[in-house]
Amino acid sequence: MGFEKVRFEKDSARALEDKKLQHALVNVTNRFRSARNKASGEVADWETLRARGRDIKKETIANLDKYLCELEESVRRAGGHVHWAGDADEACRIIVDIAIRNDVKSAVKSKSMATEEIELNANLERAGIRAVETDLGEYIIQLAGEHPSHIIAPAIHKTKDDISKLFSEKFGIPYLSEPEELTKVAREKLRGEFLNAGMGISGANFGVADTGTIVIVENEGNARLTTTVPPVHVALMGIEKTIPRYEDLSLFLTLLARSATGQKSSTYVSFITGPRRETDIDGPEEFHLVLLDNGRSRILASEETRESLYCIRCGACLNNCPVYRQVGGHSYGWVYSGPIGAIINPQLMGIDSAPELPFASSLCGACRDVCPVKIDFPRVLLELRHKVVESKKENYGAGGAMIEKISVRLWRYIVTSKNFYNLTSKISYYLQLPWRSGNGSLRSLPFPFSKWTDERDFPAIAKTSFRERWKKIKQETG
Amino acid sequence: MKAYLFITCLVDTFFPQVGENMVTVLRRLGVDVEFPEDQTCCGQPAFNSGHREDARAVAERFLSVFDKALDGSGEDSYIVCPSGSCATMLKVFYKELFHNTPVLLDKAHNISGRTYEFTEFLVKILKKTDVGARYKGVVTYHDSCHLLRELGVRDEPRKLIEGVEGTELREMEMHDSCCGFGGTFSIKFPRVSVSMLDEKIECILNSGADTVVSSDMGCLMNIGGALSRRKIPVRVMHIAELLASRNNESE
Ligand code: SF4
Repeated sequence: MGFEKVRFEKDSARALEDKKLQHALVNVTNRFRSARNKASGEVADWETLRARGRDIKKETIANLDKYLCELEESVRRAGGHVHWAGDADEACRIIVDIAIRNDVKSAVKSKSMATEEIELNANLERAGIRAVETDLGEYIIQLAGEHPSHIIAPAIHKTKDDISKLFSEKFGIPYLSEPEELTKVAREKLRGEFLNAGMGISGANFGVADTGTIVIVENEGNARLTTTVPPVHVALMGIEKTIPRYEDLSLFLTLLARSATGQKSSTYVSFITGPRRETDIDGPEEFHLVLLDNGRSRILASEETRESLYCIRCGACLNNCPVYRQVGGHSYGWVYSGPIGAIINPQLMGIDSAPELPFASSLCGACRDVCPVKIDFPRVLLELRHKVVESKKENYGAGGAMIEKISVRLWRYIVTSKNFYNLTSKISYYLQLPWRSGNGSLRSLPFPFSKWTDERDFPAIAKTSFRERWKKIKQETG
Repeated sequence: MKAYLFITCLVDTFFPQVGENMVTVLRRLGVDVEFPEDQTCCGQPAFNSGHREDARAVAERFLSVFDKALDGSGEDSYIVCPSGSCATMLKVFYKELFHNTPVLLDKAHNISGRTYEFTEFLVKILKKTDVGARYKGVVTYHDSCHLLRELGVRDEPRKLIEGVEGTELREMEMHDSCCGFGGTFSIKFPRVSVSMLDEKIECILNSGADTVVSSDMGCLMNIGGALSRRKIPVRVMHIAELLASRNNESE
């Protein structure tokens, strides 16, 4: 995605100015949120399911090496090929090589965050291979040359009007105002792409270790076509998507569908075990599973933040996040957004590439309330904040880190001495006087406190603190 | 019954009347109130912004102040705090902060086991929901995030508000969504913070309440700061003030 560094403050400011986006964000997150609340409320033992989901994930991630080897073996046994990709470049190379070997000119893709993460489309294009997104939302943003802004609803930042204009411009057709008409246009275009494609590329929601089954969840049917029509199917899967047993699937499919869209089950759930068998009436002749690390084993190594890998990408944390709701997905600067983006982008990209993200949260914990695998976001964010501070120690010049460090030190000396503390609040009381307004509060303060007083009054320091008053209060009862 | 106040720096410095109100209510209920005068800050600001080393130094001092104050005190001695957020620091985050230092971790467990946020203390320990307060008004309650989600205190403040004579409790929509304060978050990303606050204020206004009550001065100084800047005549009140109130004035 050509990122250099995530600039949350800058990009969020732009998002806040965009009225259309604000409107769309509120609508979509409200809709998803109430659907999720209703769907989870219908399951009597929802909390037990969440706890079980978390336990299984915990055990899987702790023994990921074992399960990955089992998965590899199972896929091979079913006649598929398995490839290990250490990073994005390697994953792209593997997939491009498969395409070249099969003389693929064009490929169809179903929705996959992992392929976004490795910038697969651009890499395929450089090798002369056309890659067409077939999920409607992804198709739209591919046409527009943009990036997804929500894990499960990639084009939520686009209005119907945006899409009508886009289609009219790109396809030289009249402006169509009905969503049905637009969908029909897309469907016709895509039908041809499916039939011509030499390769289908998908992600994977789950990879089942004991059977080698890749599970793909969707609502449009495009993933099923992607994985069955072209002669070659390549699935790219982050290593953390492994689950141990086939029998665990029903739990995770329930958690995923209800948390993501509020459905009891997604419309299409495809179970893919190896390539087409002799008795199958359709399916690809070749099946490849590409296992992507790209920073994940680094996360695994950090015990404090390892639970970031439990995520099943349902998007519920985004829909429940008051920050995401204001700033949208693009503010997080990379493929993943919202609370999950705030914790995995810095870990996958390297903390110095996204030092703002762990701070882009009020630590309210609303995300944790809905996460189907109960990721303890506030705790992970706090760990990452600590890591940011530690990493800045080596680089004091950057971004006011030195000033922050000095301020915190100064504060520490003040509050670890009662006398110093008392003195400071006395001095501050007098220092603030020039800023006091008629109602006693402070209407403007010098930088950096101006960041508060630009739009809010700040309370004035009291003339007598509680500790001073205490002497009198204490005497009152003797 | 004895309550040692953990007053928090925010209340000590900016809102001392909230501390006084808390004392009023506790004494009214027959609690013996103490204030360990050596206390300053619990270390939360540094902890929340990733400065763990500094947070540890401050937290260690805090622990020893309260350890000393409570030394030899009876089973019925508690630490009571007018902020869900600062109580969370003691009850939840000290465990993170000291997980590598067993001696301090022990101290932290001992201290945090006796620590209660004010409304939780009234309802769970004193078993009171009617504290003899009178306030004529329509009140809406803002759940502060730490109190609600870290300490699981949801019903206690509501029961207390309902116990106030003359007060009608009217829930706002999205009462449990964050007001945008988040400590340093509000200064690091002021635009985002205020945008969250805008939604909160809209919910408060839509509720038709004339008073917004919460259990944390952090949230209230955020909400109040915008209400006062926009000259919106909704009264902002810490729950201690409401509970201390007799005929719309605190005692
Ligand atoms: S972190 Fe949890 S809530 Fe967020 S997308 Fe992942 S599974 Fe869903």
